[in-house]
Amino acid sequence: MRAAHRRAPGEPRAVGYLYVLPALVVYGAFLLYPFGQSVWLSLLHWDGLTAATWAGSDNYRDLFTDPALRAPFWHALVLLLFYSALPVALGLLLAATMSRIRVRGLTFFRVVLFLPQVLAMVVVGVAWRSILAPDGLLNDTLDAVGLDALSRPWLGDSTWALPAVGGIGTWVGTGLCMVLFLAGVQRIPRERYEAARIDGAGAFREFWSVTLPGLRAEVAVALTLTIVAGLRNFDLIYITTSGGPGNATSVPAYEVYHRAFETNQVGSAAAVAVALALMIFTLTVAVSKLVEGRRG
Amino acid sequence: MSTRGERLLTYLILGFFSLVALTPVIGVLSTALGPQSSLSTGFTLPEGSPEWGNFADAWDRGHFGTYLGSSVLVSVAVVTATTVLAVLAAYAFALMRFPGATVLFYLFVLGLTLPQEALVIPLYFDLRELELTDTYWALILPQTAQSLAFGVFWMRTYFRNSSPTVIEAARIDGAGTWTTLWRILVPMGRPAISTMVVIVFMWTWNEFLLALVMVSDESHRTVPLGLAFFQGQQNSDTALLAAASVLVALPVVAVYLALQRRFIEGMLTGAVKE
Repeated sequence: MRAAHRRAPGEPRAVGYLYVLPALVVYGAFLLYPFGQSVWLSLLHWDGLTAATWAGSDNYRDLFTDPALRAPFWHALVLLLFYSALPVALGLLLAATMSRIRVRGLTFFRVVLFLPQVLAMVVVGVAWRSILAPDGLLNDTLDAVGLDALSRPWLGDSTWALPAVGGIGTWVGTGLCMVLFLAGVQRIPRERYEAARIDGAGAFREFWSVTLPGLRAEVAVALTLTIVAGLRNFDLIYITTSGGPGNATSVPAYEVYHRAFETNQVGSAAAVAVALALMIFTLTVAVSKLVEGRRG
Repeated sequence: MSTRGERLLTYLILGFFSLVALTPVIGVLSTALGPQSSLSTGFTLPEGSPEWGNFADAWDRGHFGTYLGSSVLVSVAVVTATTVLAVLAAYAFALMRFPGATVLFYLFVLGLTLPQEALVIPLYFDLRELELTDTYWALILPQTAQSLAFGVFWMRTYFRNSSPTVIEAARIDGAGTWTTLWRILVPMGRPAISTMVVIVFMWTWNEFLLALVMVSDESHRTVPLGLAFFQGQQNSDTALLAAASVLVALPVVAVYLALQRRFIEGMLTGAVKE
């Protein structure tokens, strides 16, 4: 009887704890414990030097009432359009056009399109600062095609800095979505397209009834990855704009650093950090629920 | 729409986005080989023969030789520690049953969504208290912890899918759990392990925020931090900055070009829940 139980789903062995222990010690000490401390710090008023005082929910209330704290979260939502929605839409556009054909040279395109994903964001930031500089590639191109009127110092313009940074995010994320959907669309059985065509479906209806449902899992992965990347965008903001001009491009990830290490508002910074973590967690869960909910 | 038209449209879209993906990369490469002390802050084209000396200048005058040393040391340490710890823990989570295993495993998975911003403030004050800021430990230990979330998740999937008959055969031969792991499952799992290694290497190499917070003395700077400071200097030269960017990106890009399948596989499945 014991033999029958022993196989599945795994072996009952207390020795398992010994295998898990080293990883758990490091993980607990340098990830779980600091996160707990962040939550604790967010309940305090603390400048990082003198004694802290109890703040209760003050720091969290400020997230809703203080315009200087509301702005970063609003910017983060706007940036998600650029970091997440736009890349997914562009990836789907590609999937829709190539659903019925076999692409040659796919490996080449995949390697090139995915390249922005492996570059350090610091390098991406340096490269794009050059492109968006007053005498950079973008303005030169606009001048060359006679659109001089549109050229401007993109990252120094209080209206255009946020979309400009967003554009960099779109550049980073689009290849990822395309590579995901390229792989996904090739796994959709050909018969479904044939069936749709026999039913007289046009390209548009074919996309809605075959391609999009077939890519549901890939869309979920793409949304999850791009949302997480879009909200963790400290490096890019620090390199390109430092949140400026004014606070036109400040985002929660940058505000955490700025408040904790530059303006000595440690409690407030911790509250922003915890709110950011909650936001990422909620959106990640929402995406997976949305996808699972539509299944079947 | 005809198939021919669709084919053309697909290649046009693929070609256009490939060009967009490559433009900044080519721009930086071209500027890195261009003349120094050009007044342009945008990209430049090499005038005459390419200036390979820019790389030597970035290496020596820009101190990128030293920064690369720091980055290599930190990356090797984080990758090694993560691999060993993740393999051990994932093995137990996948093939052994013990009370609390599921809860503990989900604790690790939670780390996949936890942003570094939510850890870095207490980490700084804790490590400063322990006098570990401005040491490599301040970079290695937190990054190992963060990489473990992915490593444990990734390796557990591999162990779950490993053949039960192989494990059973090893047991009949008298191999204990330890021997089975290191003699049989780890050698068989080389593809899965190498995917984890390249992903963790890339994350560690490219890491910026933690280095910015933990390191203030120049001798411990990693390459992304060095590049950020180099850019911040008022008189930093565009060609040198581009050459330095190439030095920062090159190691990861080289590994990526050699092992692109592993990279793409690892990065795209890291977020997929079971």
